[in-house]
Amino acid sequence: MVDDMIRFENVTYKYGADGDDNQLVAVQDINLSVKKGEYLVILGHNGSGKSTLSKLMNGLLLPTEGNVYVNGMNTKEEENIWKIRKIAGMVFQNPDNQLVATIVEEDVAFGPENLGIPPEEIRRRVDKALDIVEMAEYKKHAPHLLSGGQKQRVAIAGILAMEPECVILDEPTAMLDPVGRAEVISTLKKLNRQEKKSIILITHYMDEAVEGDRVLIMEKGRIVMEGTPKDIFCQVDKVKELGLDVPQVTELAYELKKEGFDVPCDILTVEELVDAL
Amino acid sequence: MIIRLENVNYIYNPNTPFEKKALDNINLTIDETDFIGLIGHTGSGKSTLVQHLNGLIRPTSGRVLVDGIDTKDTGNLLKVRQKVGLVFQYPEHQLFEETIYKDVAFGPSNLGLSQDEVHERVKTAIELVGLDFEKVKDRSPFELSGGQKRRVAIAGVLAMKPRVLVLDEPTAGLDPKGRDQILGRIKKLYEEKNITIILVSHSMEDIAKLVNRIVVMHRGKIVMDGKTKEVFKQVEKLEEIGLGIPQITNFMRKFKEKGHPVDDTVITVEEAKMELIRFLRSKENA
Repeated sequence: MVDDMIRFENVTYKYGADGDDNQLVAVQDINLSVKKGEYLVILGHNGSGKSTLSKLMNGLLLPTEGNVYVNGMNTKEEENIWKIRKIAGMVFQNPDNQLVATIVEEDVAFGPENLGIPPEEIRRRVDKALDIVEMAEYKKHAPHLLSGGQKQRVAIAGILAMEPECVILDEPTAMLDPVGRAEVISTLKKLNRQEKKSIILITHYMDEAVEGDRVLIMEKGRIVMEGTPKDIFCQVDKVKELGLDVPQVTELAYELKKEGFDVPCDILTVEELVDAL
Repeated sequence: MIIRLENVNYIYNPNTPFEKKALDNINLTIDETDFIGLIGHTGSGKSTLVQHLNGLIRPTSGRVLVDGIDTKDTGNLLKVRQKVGLVFQYPEHQLFEETIYKDVAFGPSNLGLSQDEVHERVKTAIELVGLDFEKVKDRSPFELSGGQKRRVAIAGVLAMKPRVLVLDEPTAGLDPKGRDQILGRIKKLYEEKNITIILVSHSMEDIAKLVNRIVVMHRGKIVMDGKTKEVFKQVEKLEEIGLGIPQITNFMRKFKEKGHPVDDTVITVEEAKMELIRFLRSKENA
C-alpha cells in the first residue's frame, strides 16, 4: 500500500455548513490513487473542483466525508500534518504571492530554515534546488525583477528545498507567457524523469497534459474521464463539451476521421499528423 | 485614421542607472476599420505602446494623435480617454463598488451626464458583454466567476462609449470557456458596434481567429505590420524573434515540405480541414 503516494477513499468536500443555503459540494465521492513516481495531470474548467482536489492532497483542506492518505498517513490526524506537508509540496498559480524574501536564494531557503535544518545542509539543498530548476545563476538576484516563468521556477525550487516526494501544482502556468509556460513544463518533466518526484499538475491547458502518464478530467466535482493522454484526446467531442481545448492538430485529425479518412485519433503533435497523412 | 503615432520614443527612468528605452521610433497609423493583434515578447514594449494610445503615458519625444488631438495637450486628455478605452491585464482587480451597476456606472457618472443617460449606458454596456442586466445589476461584482468579473470590468470601459477599445491580454488566466465567451463578445463589438479593436495576446491561435491586421513588436520597435495571413507567412522572421505561428499553420507548412501540394497559408482548423479534404479527395481520384 505504500506504493500509493496519495490515496482518496470516498472523498467529498463541501464549502459551507450543512443546512446553509450557500453550501457548495466542491468534490464528490472521489476515489483515486496516485502512484509513487507518477505524473498525473488533472484537467477541468474553472469551478470543476480541481483546485479543491489539490488542496485536499496535502491537508490544506480536510475531507467532509471520506479519507485522504499521503504516503499512508491520514490527513485528518493532526500529528501527521507537518510530515504530510513536507512530503507533498504545493505550488500555486500566482508566483508573486509565493515569494517571501528579497533575494532568490533566501527565498528558496525559507522552507528548510523553518524545519530547523543545519546551515550547511540548507546551503546544499538550496544550491541543488536552484540547479534543478536552472536558476543557479540568479541566486543573488531580487525575485521581483525576474520574469514570470523564472519566478515560478524559484517557487518550485523553494518546494524542492523541502525535499518532498511529491509536488502538486495548481495552474502554475496560467499567468505566464508562452516562454514562461514552456520553462515550467520542461522543469516538471525533469523533476519527474530525473528526480523521480511524483507530479500532480492541475491545468486547463490540454497541451500541457501531453507529458503526463495519466490524465483525469473533473466536472462538477467528479472525475468524468480518466486515461492516458492519447486515450483522452481521442474523444475530442467529449473533451470540448467539457469546456476544454484540444490541440489544433488533434482536432484536425478528428475532423478528417469524421469525414471518412483513415487517420488515427491519437494525434498529439504536428509531427505525428504529418507522418499519419 | 483614428490614431497616429509619429516618431514616438519612450524612455523609462531617464538619466538614472535604470534607464530603459521602451519604445524606439514608433510610427503607426490605426484606422477605424482595424482589428489589430499586437504581439511580441514580454518586455517588447507592447504595454508601453498601448498606454500611449490614451495618454496614460506621453512620449519622451515624438507625438501621439488621437482623432486629431495631441495627447500632450493635457487640457484635452479627458476627451482622449473617452475616445480610447483601455482594458488592462486582470481588469477585475480594479472592481471596487458594492454592486455591478455602480461599478459600471462609475465612469459615465463622472462625465456629467443625466441619470437617464447613465442608466442607458450601464444597461447597454452590461448587455454588450453578455450578462443579464436585471439579474446582475444589484449583485456584488465579487460574487462572480473570474470570467464574469472580467466582463463587468470591460463593461465599465464600454460605458464610456469609446471608439477604440484596447485590451491587454483579456483572456489571461481564464479557462477555455471563459476565454471563448470574452473573445466572442469582442468580435461582436467590432462587427456590430464598429469599435476599433487593438488586442494584445500571446495566443497566435486566438489572434488568427479574430484580427485582420497584426503588428509585431520586438525590443521597442515595430518589426512587422500587415494583414494577418501575410504576417503568419513570414515564419522564419517570427521565429527569429521567438514568436510562433498557429499550430495548424505550422502543420500545413510541414506537410507541404513533405512534397504535398497544399495551401500552407491557412490559419484556422476549419480552413485546414477544407484544404486537406480537397487535397485528399483529389489524390484518391487520381
